[in-house]
Amino acid sequence: MPAKKKLTIQDLAKIREKTKSLMTIRESEGRARVTVHMGTCGIAAGARDIMDTLLGEIGKAKAQDIIVTTSGCAGLCNAEPMMTVELKNQPPVKYGHLTPDKMHKIFVQHILGGQMVAELVLAVGSETVY
Amino acid sequence: MKQYRSHLLVCAGTGCVSCGSFKIKEALEKEIKKRNLQDEIQVVATGCNGFCERGPIVLVQPDGIFYQLLKVEDVPHLVEEHLVKGRPVKSLMYVPPAEKEPVPKMKDIEFFKHQRLIVLRNRGRIDPEKIEEYIAFDGYEAMGKALSEMTPAAIVDEILFSGLRGRGGAGFPTGKKWAACAKEKATPKYLICNGDEGDPGAFMDRSVLEADPHAVLEGMVIGAKAIGASKGFIYIRHEYPLALKRMAIAIDQARENGLLGQDILGTGFAFDLEIVQGAGAFVSGEETALLASVEGQIAMPRQRPPYPARKGLWGQPTVINNVETWATVPNIIRRGADWFQGLGTETSKGTKIFALVGKIANTGLVEVPMGIKLRDIVYGIGGGIPDKRDFKAIQIGGPSGGCLPAKLLDLPVDYESLTAAGAMMGSGGMIVMDDKTCMVDVAKYFLNFLQDESCGKCVSCREGTQRMYEIVKGITEGVGQESDLDLLEELATVCKDASMCGLGQTAGNPVLTTLRYFRHEYDAHILDKRCPAGVCKKLIRYVVLAEKCTGCQSCKKACPKDCIKGTLKDVHLIDQSNCIKCGACKEACRFEAIEEQRDEAIQVI
Repeated sequence: MPAKKKLTIQDLAKIREKTKSLMTIRESEGRARVTVHMGTCGIAAGARDIMDTLLGEIGKAKAQDIIVTTSGCAGLCNAEPMMTVELKNQPPVKYGHLTPDKMHKIFVQHILGGQMVAELVLAVGSETVY
Repeated sequence: MKQYRSHLLVCAGTGCVSCGSFKIKEALEKEIKKRNLQDEIQVVATGCNGFCERGPIVLVQPDGIFYQLLKVEDVPHLVEEHLVKGRPVKSLMYVPPAEKEPVPKMKDIEFFKHQRLIVLRNRGRIDPEKIEEYIAFDGYEAMGKALSEMTPAAIVDEILFSGLRGRGGAGFPTGKKWAACAKEKATPKYLICNGDEGDPGAFMDRSVLEADPHAVLEGMVIGAKAIGASKGFIYIRHEYPLALKRMAIAIDQARENGLLGQDILGTGFAFDLEIVQGAGAFVSGEETALLASVEGQIAMPRQRPPYPARKGLWGQPTVINNVETWATVPNIIRRGADWFQGLGTETSKGTKIFALVGKIANTGLVEVPMGIKLRDIVYGIGGGIPDKRDFKAIQIGGPSGGCLPAKLLDLPVDYESLTAAGAMMGSGGMIVMDDKTCMVDVAKYFLNFLQDESCGKCVSCREGTQRMYEIVKGITEGVGQESDLDLLEELATVCKDASMCGLGQTAGNPVLTTLRYFRHEYDAHILDKRCPAGVCKKLIRYVVLAEKCTGCQSCKKACPKDCIKGTLKDVHLIDQSNCIKCGACKEACRFEAIEEQRDEAIQVI
């Protein structure tokens, strides 16, 4: 095995920069939080493809500080596959009837760009919780 | 490293490993593979989370959901529900005692909520066997700063100003120790990390070594620059196999990456580390005995002064610090002495790790700011005493420490307050005792430990601990005399004055502090020949309460000596002459019909 290159202080900073973005997930903080609804209805409607597309987009864009989670059925089963996008300090936005193409559009315009894709939006804001 | 949507952080401290956490990890990986999620979800083994009572533990990030007491059978359901369908599994979550609803998130659980993590900041967060993960959370940043921007004197000043005191027991200011060693002219100089943690019930150092070995290593490199040392030794007892393994991996990784050895980080500074395995003698934790052990001799203390800072390992200037102290150093250098100064009390700065054990609901490892009240640790974090029993005492500081009663629960935890109350900070063991604990029996336990561990060099300690043990043993067996208490106090004083090292000097403490706060229990044993807590076997007897006995014969079957008589549906009777007082009958009885009697004087033949 060839000897590893010795690190310098600059190398350390580079490793930190690179790995930190992959590790932010362990601190539950990030610039955006995307929830793919994966109840039985969501999975049956194709939520798995949406999830794969989303993870692929994040990988391509190297946008590692976007947190992806799953949740159960949101109650609007006929609108599945659905997802909720939460940007920092903004109300959550729900999208429905997703396809990989729509997913791509939302990713570029909303998640990265910060502009919600109005024609695809189901609802803005949280439900009232009693 | 790559991007995953979710990380499963499986606790792999010794506590959880012994409950089977590696099997859980395997099962998780298998199940995730089966569902083809291996590119989305990563399973990571981390250091101890501290909530050992609830192991094996898995934390799901980014959701922050805390799963506990997991079994391999639970894994398929957990993966299916939480990771595929996104429905956290309530039945595997933590339910606080006396409550019905589970607390899903780790940050909302009482045990974690009140802690302040500095030394343990990476516990349950990084894989201790991966150097990149340590670097990701600011690892080796302090070392880079110390080696490239700071002079040795500036490092010593920073530590001095931070107010950091040794976490191994005595609480000597770390900066002073470093300054004394730095001004010595002789070379080579050495550093030692004292990982010979031996107090019964204590596991702080083990946990730090297991959860974040690179932090200890980084602290030592910074210390080496400060005092001008070229070589260091990490002394870990062989009973800590996981800590030894992870430290060895950390040292190899650091060497491969040029963080140890020649020309560290390209700054020209050279320093290397070696692990020394201890054979597990309690006295090796004493610094001069530890020096002897590293040199390959029998671990026996020697006279001080000269202190190790002047003449230590092989007669050369040496700084010895405890694991926790070393792991605190990088935090101070990275975040500044001012920041550290602002934590804790006037004389005790920063945080301290405690191992919370004994009769407490949440057994585990906690890091809290100095100055916190004992009550907040026992009831807030610890969750109080289980089985609705009453708090009786808390033993702090290991065998050299002391037992504090309920009336001192509002005492702030700092070096001075604890010492004034007759206990000491020690390395951080806290043993909680309920009202079923006999304080004379506790003193006997610690004296037995000490007479066993005394190295035998000083007569006062070798003979003194043995005599004190015999006297206290006599008291628990009902042959104590009134004059015994004076004799015990005298022996404890002589042992303190005439012994050379900390072990002998504090060997009388188990007796002195229990006498100070629980003298009435000694009196009960000596004068009335009874044990108020019902612990000392020779002073109690088991009897069947006729009005409660249903004659079910459970106790009869459980008795190993066949000394219970009685036929089905008749009141049973225990033959006292044959009874060995094992208590098996009491445990077997479902009707609380067997009681240990202790209220009246029982004649000892």
